[in-house]
Amino acid sequence: MHDYLTHTRGLRSWLTTLDHKRIGLMYLFTVLAFFLLGGVFALLIRLELFGPGRTIMDAATYNKIFTYHGAIMVFMVIIPAIPAAIGNFILPMMLGAKDVAFPRLNLASYYIFIAGALVASSALFLRGADTGWTFYTPYSIRTNTTATLVLAGAFIMGFSSILTGLNFIISIHKLRAPGLSWSRLPLFLWALYATSIIQVLATPVLAITLLLLVFERLFRIGIFDPAIGGDPVLFQHFFWFYSHPAVYIMILPAMGVISEVIPVFSRKPIFGYKAIAYSSFGIALVAFIVWGHHMFVSGQSELANFVFSLLTMFVAVPTGVKVFSWVATMYRGRIRFNAPMLYAFGFLQLFTIGGLTGVFLATLAINVHVTDTYFVVAHFHYVMVGGAIMALMAGLHYWFPKFWGRMYPEGPARVSFALLLAGFNLTFFPQFILGSQGMPRRYWDYLPEYTMLNRVSTAGSWFLAAGFVYAAVYLWRAMRAGEPAPANPWEANTLEWQTASPPPHDNFATAPVVTDWPYEYRDPLVPASASRSLP
Amino acid sequence: MTTTHHHAHHFASANDEFEAAKQGMWVFLVTEVLMFGGLFVAYGIFRGLYPDMFHEAHKFLAVNMGATNTLVLILSSITMVLAVTATQRGRRDRAVLFLVLTFLLAGCFLVVKYFEYAHKFHEGLLPGGYFVNQELKDPKAPLFFSLYFVMTGLHMVHVLVGMGLIAWLFRRTARGEFGPQYYTPVELVGFYWHFVDLVWIYLFPLLYLVG
Repeated sequence: MHDYLTHTRGLRSWLTTLDHKRIGLMYLFTVLAFFLLGGVFALLIRLELFGPGRTIMDAATYNKIFTYHGAIMVFMVIIPAIPAAIGNFILPMMLGAKDVAFPRLNLASYYIFIAGALVASSALFLRGADTGWTFYTPYSIRTNTTATLVLAGAFIMGFSSILTGLNFIISIHKLRAPGLSWSRLPLFLWALYATSIIQVLATPVLAITLLLLVFERLFRIGIFDPAIGGDPVLFQHFFWFYSHPAVYIMILPAMGVISEVIPVFSRKPIFGYKAIAYSSFGIALVAFIVWGHHMFVSGQSELANFVFSLLTMFVAVPTGVKVFSWVATMYRGRIRFNAPMLYAFGFLQLFTIGGLTGVFLATLAINVHVTDTYFVVAHFHYVMVGGAIMALMAGLHYWFPKFWGRMYPEGPARVSFALLLAGFNLTFFPQFILGSQGMPRRYWDYLPEYTMLNRVSTAGSWFLAAGFVYAAVYLWRAMRAGEPAPANPWEANTLEWQTASPPPHDNFATAPVVTDWPYEYRDPLVPASASRSLP
Repeated sequence: MTTTHHHAHHFASANDEFEAAKQGMWVFLVTEVLMFGGLFVAYGIFRGLYPDMFHEAHKFLAVNMGATNTLVLILSSITMVLAVTATQRGRRDRAVLFLVLTFLLAGCFLVVKYFEYAHKFHEGLLPGGYFVNQELKDPKAPLFFSLYFVMTGLHMVHVLVGMGLIAWLFRRTARGEFGPQYYTPVELVGFYWHFVDLVWIYLFPLLYLVG
């Protein structure tokens, strides 16, 4: 029987496919290509900061390089990585469906994404952009770089994000297999549902904000320009009303991956299924009312600062619920140390540090001291890279057999995990110290006393790069010529594992019927008392 | 007679597909509300900051033209509803007639808008940095016209998209592709068109009648 990879052949059959699995993989390769590009810019940033003063580039170039790094990693890598790439492939399969609700819209989303990415990237070949990925006014109005193209590109990519979210919401509502009630829905899908809600509700606000900024640059409409009575801080409010929830677009799907991996490799039912499911919505809800914490020193009123500070701390509650539930799932389980589980451990370590330093930053007095320092940079890299990218790696290894019908090699996967974990901590932990000592972010130069820690950080970035390059090499080889994978190598219960690897074009030979929740894992060596509840 | 419509392979039934499409359209309209919502928030903030300027500036808008357009759009919503009902009842000629009427009313809206815009251009009542009108002295007045042009402009883009969709429906209806068994696109474009109408219902009093 033909599988989805051999169902039809040729480049054209891929580019015009309506198969969610192929669209998912097209997203995956596109995202990884941009990850490479954004990663090269990251290495250049660290190289410039190897020593004070000029190392390899001048200050104006540096401003462009960190703008490219941020904009690429946010809009073209982390936001689409798990939902649009892995989600597209896995969501319909977990539902027991043949496709997403609107397959043509799904393909259109991909091409809208490509169009936006091309428009934004074209700035690289013109006069670039140097506003940072946040495009703060009034500088973004005045800069004579080609920032308009980056703005227009992000605007276009936003529609792709909205349409993917819309597609996922309707798919989850309308395409669940018989018996797949909400209380049996895999946690990855709960997470994608919460993510989709944010994508659908927040992204339109970014769209109008970027559009106004484009008009600001083209027609001088003045809404964000203080020169004719406009308000530059209004831009920050609008921008963060999207971009703070966007942070949860990046982390919620990552949490979904971890919620799948941990019970499968602990051989125990997930602890706190409902708590994990609902906490995704808790995070999505709180996401919309904390944007002001990006603006504590932007001239916001003290009352607003106080309220936003308090609300921000609420984020820690649903997040803590998840972290403790994952740890409790592992408790007295029979843990298998395969690569997806190793990456889940990496996620737990790094994300916990990232999350807790988020609580520091929510505290007004500390925030004022460390605003716009490397402390903030370290915090969000621990969450975005340590959290989202670690989970992406966990997901890539976990579903690798399903994507290609081949196994990745376990040995090299451990080596690359070790390189990434060590490299990551080496790169970003020193930045917490630098930040607490007052080193400002986004500067090309620094005082000589910061040299040592910056060197450590730069050296760490090379380990990170080595880890990713090595992973790319063995994954590529395994994709071409790895060991053939069985249908369900991890003995997992979710529906995507109940069909061949790789799956047939229509996903399932016979339409699946669900009779139980997917987390009923039992290991004969684990006493039954340890499976259901804590002693 | 209408041709039978086969539902896509991943839906259990044609009704499931119809329900999914309708739900999808509602979610899409929510995103539209949020996009326009940003503009309404900006409007609210600047009106709060500069109430006197808004009062002065709004006198330079043509209330009679705005009112005409309000009437035109409400009428077009009625003809759209009639087109949907006619399709559901399998009365193709009536459906075609009402689609044409809706299209013409939308065109009428654009013609009125054209004269309004042309007049504003002529008087130098332009957005932000391009504002050159001598009569309106308030230095913040350009902001009002920035909001006016962005809000009505974005709405106008939606009217244009709607006209494209109605023309597409017309073509498909004339070919007999819709009927009591399958009328999803007609119903959904109807949703969209009412939304476009509704946005104008808010824009008209906020911009033209603020005083």
